[in-house]
Amino acid sequence: MISFENVSKWYGAHQCLADINATVNRGEVVVVCGPSGSGKTTLIRTINRLEPIQGGRIVVNGQDVHSSATDLNRLRSGIGFVFQQFNLFPHMSVIDNIILAPRKLRGLSREAASEAARKLLARVGLADKANSYPGQLSGGQSQRVAIARALAMDPPIILFDEPTSALDPEMVGEVLSVIQDLAHSGITMMCVTHEMGFAREVADRIWFMDRGTILEDAPPSEFFSRPNHPRAQRFLSELRH
Amino acid sequence: MLQILRDNWVLFLIGQYPAGPLGGLSATVLIAVLGLGLSFPCALLLGLGRISPFRSIRAVTAIIVHTVRGTPFLMVIFWSYFALPIIIGHPIAGFPTLVGALVIYESAYLAEIVRSGIEALPKGQIEAARSLGLNYRQAMMSVVLPQALYNSLPTMMSQFVSLIKETSLGYVISVNEFTFAAAQVNSRLLTKPVQVFSILALTYFLLCFALTQSARAVERHIARRRREDPAVIRPLESFVVEPAP
Repeated sequence: MISFENVSKWYGAHQCLADINATVNRGEVVVVCGPSGSGKTTLIRTINRLEPIQGGRIVVNGQDVHSSATDLNRLRSGIGFVFQQFNLFPHMSVIDNIILAPRKLRGLSREAASEAARKLLARVGLADKANSYPGQLSGGQSQRVAIARALAMDPPIILFDEPTSALDPEMVGEVLSVIQDLAHSGITMMCVTHEMGFAREVADRIWFMDRGTILEDAPPSEFFSRPNHPRAQRFLSELRH
Repeated sequence: MLQILRDNWVLFLIGQYPAGPLGGLSATVLIAVLGLGLSFPCALLLGLGRISPFRSIRAVTAIIVHTVRGTPFLMVIFWSYFALPIIIGHPIAGFPTLVGALVIYESAYLAEIVRSGIEALPKGQIEAARSLGLNYRQAMMSVVLPQALYNSLPTMMSQFVSLIKETSLGYVISVNEFTFAAAQVNSRLLTKPVQVFSILALTYFLLCFALTQSARAVERHIARRRREDPAVIRPLESFVVEPAP
């Protein structure tokens, strides 16, 4: 579903992705973890071309993401993306945030799009917030709306870039449980996170990154009990302390 | 002053119309409305051009904006009035010259307001819009511009106010507008310049005040709909320091 082939990226002289080779299969849930500055966020942002790459290629659903022949907007509408900072559109009501893409890209009427959007809102437990504005929501509610918005085009893939890092601790749970439900729905998912308990529960595989490379690619049971790489061992032991 | 107004209100209001061209306050309002209406779309295009992904568009719009902003408005008026007829080969009346000069001048200033409004938005807004699959135009129209223009409303209003006042410079190329009408009244009365020009000043003030007040009403209405308190309405509040107990 998503494959990285010798992907490299530099910021000036600094190489932030170094020859990444990896694959995410259909329906798989991959959690990406690792220390700050390891390239996790950069990696996930290259998948829908929010970041350009300088070497290699990324193929999503058979399409080369960074090729100029690819219809980027069409590709992006098939990849849900959830940001750390939610990035809801503050001038639109919750429901308008969600129906924006279906209306503009599928030409749906407000009514038709709203019906689907209300189902999505119910799914993230915010059926009563349809007509609120983002400024009136808590962080946890905002992120759940952002998830509903990312699902509005019914994408086969959804990407999360540290979805709980900007939240107050007591709101982390409500967002993670929504993501967890989603993980069991068969959607292909990649999630950058520091929530190791969550990773252990929902991930099919964990990628551990450091300095722009994937050091470990293992199922959670294996990763948490006997990590191979010394860097991963150190990371995990520091987490436990 | 009231006596002057009572005797000359028709001239103040519409100039010598219908005997002559429309003048006075109504011409000023007409020029201002035309100037606003035409310079706003031009400014939008110029402002978008300044942040265009294409380098050539950025360069051309930057040259236009910087050239115009580095020129006194009076020069723009003179240039349009004297040079343009030579270039296009036939004379143009004062009225369209003034409107044209206003549009050129104000577009450059408004373009920078539009640009800074867009650049002040968090980058995540455009990223979120593009990640949904919206193209550049859709992202601009649905997400970026509505927020950027709303946020720059106060700055834009002060630019609109200065546009209204700049219409008075039409006087130098004898455009029949409000200042011109006041000058006519003044030369008719000869002995009451302070009173006449006080009427002029007061009327300009009321016109501009009405504009800023209606803009604030619009802002309040939008804010109430979103039920949030934007800083733009009470800009000083964040600077208020609680007195020490």
